[in-house]
Amino acid sequence: MATASTTTGFIRLLRALLIPFLALLAALLAGAAVMLLSGDDPLAAYSGLFQGAFGDGKSWARTIRKTVPFVLTGLSVALAFKVGLFNIGASGQFVIGSVFAVAVGINFDGLPAFIHLPLALLAGIAGGLLWGAIPGVLKVYTGAHEVIVTIMLNYVASLLGGWTVYAGGTQGQTPGPLWDRTAGAISETPDVLSSAQLPWLFGPPYRVHYGIFLALAAAVLIWWLIFKTPLGFEMRTVGHNMRAARYAGIRVNYTIVLAMALAGGLAGLAGAIETLGLNHKFAPEFGGAVGFDGITVALLGQTHPIGVLLAAFMFGALDGGAAAMQFESGVPADIIQIIQALVLAFVAAPLIIRMIFRLRRQTHGDAGSAVSTSWSGP
Amino acid sequence: MNQPIPASAFRRLGGRYGNTMFIALALVAIAILVNVTPLKEQTWLRVLFGISALNFTLRATVPLVLGALSGILCERSGIINIGIEGMMLAGAFGGFVAKTSTNHWPLAASLIFSVAVAVAIGGLMGAVHALFSIRFRMDQIISGTVIIIFALGTSSYLYNRDAIAEGKFSSIALPGLARIPVVGPVLFDNPPITYLALIMVVVVHVALFYTRWGLRTRAVGEHPRAADTVGINVNRYRYVNTSLGGMLAGLAGAFLVLEAVGQFQEGMTAGRGFISLAAMIFGNWNPFGALGAATLFGYTQALQNELLLAGVTRVPRQFISMLPYVVTIIAVSGLVGRVRPPAAEGKVYETEGSQ
Repeated sequence: MATASTTTGFIRLLRALLIPFLALLAALLAGAAVMLLSGDDPLAAYSGLFQGAFGDGKSWARTIRKTVPFVLTGLSVALAFKVGLFNIGASGQFVIGSVFAVAVGINFDGLPAFIHLPLALLAGIAGGLLWGAIPGVLKVYTGAHEVIVTIMLNYVASLLGGWTVYAGGTQGQTPGPLWDRTAGAISETPDVLSSAQLPWLFGPPYRVHYGIFLALAAAVLIWWLIFKTPLGFEMRTVGHNMRAARYAGIRVNYTIVLAMALAGGLAGLAGAIETLGLNHKFAPEFGGAVGFDGITVALLGQTHPIGVLLAAFMFGALDGGAAAMQFESGVPADIIQIIQALVLAFVAAPLIIRMIFRLRRQTHGDAGSAVSTSWSGP
Repeated sequence: MNQPIPASAFRRLGGRYGNTMFIALALVAIAILVNVTPLKEQTWLRVLFGISALNFTLRATVPLVLGALSGILCERSGIINIGIEGMMLAGAFGGFVAKTSTNHWPLAASLIFSVAVAVAIGGLMGAVHALFSIRFRMDQIISGTVIIIFALGTSSYLYNRDAIAEGKFSSIALPGLARIPVVGPVLFDNPPITYLALIMVVVVHVALFYTRWGLRTRAVGEHPRAADTVGINVNRYRYVNTSLGGMLAGLAGAFLVLEAVGQFQEGMTAGRGFISLAAMIFGNWNPFGALGAATLFGYTQALQNELLLAGVTRVPRQFISMLPYVVTIIAVSGLVGRVRPPAAEGKVYETEGSQ
């Protein structure tokens, strides 16, 4: 993202924000066009969306609550991008993180909260780490493309998560290990013990938990890791030019596996925070979509931790306001998904935005974020 | 990177596929043996090789092989197509809308029209992918992701839950051939898109390896600069191939709605586009290889289905449902390195002196 070194930091920041901002604007306009074409009222929809996201204290609380997982899955995808890998697996890592966290959270009765809660969070991170490391290891040792592997692992994770809370089958299949025996035929875990629950920052009806601080801390930590440590330098070098990195003596394979594992850990933390802070249990329907949205958040944030924070906040607002929008204006909340796809398209192809808004071409740094490698691997 | 003109250009079916052919023939022999002898009384053998399992395999294979052919067309010309899933879904939704709005037409006309719409929508999505990748130089994997999210969002947004498609394609038994024991009911008594998919495998193979268009497509995918030098319009080939690929994915969507299920469900492609990609890689970017790989994946889905129906195992159903995905991961990990993608894949091509 580096522009000319003569510009000051502030102008550089404005420049970096310009394309995402215009992309959002263009996507909202295009979304309005879609709504007009299908006979919905875009003004009512957007005002409902805005009210639902920022209308009152509860709306703000919901927006912040929804922002938390987007920050972490966005960071997860962004970190993998830094080594040139495309992590589509955040939703699987999210699920495994949730399962690990809840497994610790419903057991170990009697542990004090200052041990139990961190332990449960760490378990979530560990689950994500493991699940994220698999595509990294396969990439390095067999050349299997991480895109295919992470997508397949998403399905496997979702089924695995479903099995842990499985209520048992009619042909003598044993119930899953985390299934709540008192839940009857419902497939879910018991509630997380209170000693492992993330405390409320603002209690009901606002329901904002301390997860927002964990997300902010993660963003700072990842920023520090990427830009201020030798390891981060190695990651960026690998992402920039794998062959050059190898010639320079960087342990490319190690860096790739580590980056994928850390990316998984971030998504796993997101799952842990959602289960320990909000749902207080795991059921097969939790999770999933947040991981896929992490891709859009990461790209919208230009794979920079600060950008990811802003993009996640925007997504939190879109997601938080969507239900209110559907309720107020009758426009299906799915329109938000269309808008998100358009934002992603416009951010990934600055040329479109420059064409729409007739901006001057930059002399460099305009190629979008090149992330993909071909199928053949390193 | 810059290999001389196409290393894979003269690769042909046969020869190196000898072992695979042998295994396939052996499996067919076992299947026939199981179904025409008292062996079919054995539950496990019936689950593994029964007519029902084989029929299900073919049904599961059709969308996968169409998706894989879609990927082959795009990638042989140098465009990575990860958006097959989205193109399939868009095609399925387009076909569904067309079917529901022509319910009052004669069934055959309505169905054929709906297939045409599905194919056209798929082609349109392919063209958009090409436009993003070529004209706007978007990263091709991101462009594919955009297509997927967009198709998911749009089809859910526009989906009218009250709409019902009336009627779907029914089987056409090929006279004579359908009477052959085992092989007949499995291969020669199917609805039209299934036949069409199998025919497309041959068509794409011949087109890719025995026509001028195919040679040029492969040249564009392997070494665009060289192709350009001899006067081939690189980007035009990429536009055309990616659109054709999108049409095949749309046909796969049409299969799901108009032949397999009969209705549309949100997100009904359920990862088939991605498994198609794995089949394409597994099949080494060759149509017949892709057919083999798609059949393998289709078989794992059939097995999952048969195991659940037969109730012969106490393994929780989630683990049985994992089969297709786990097999895909194993296939992709075990084979990459021994297969080779088109050399210029994923790269924007600019003529010298442009910009």
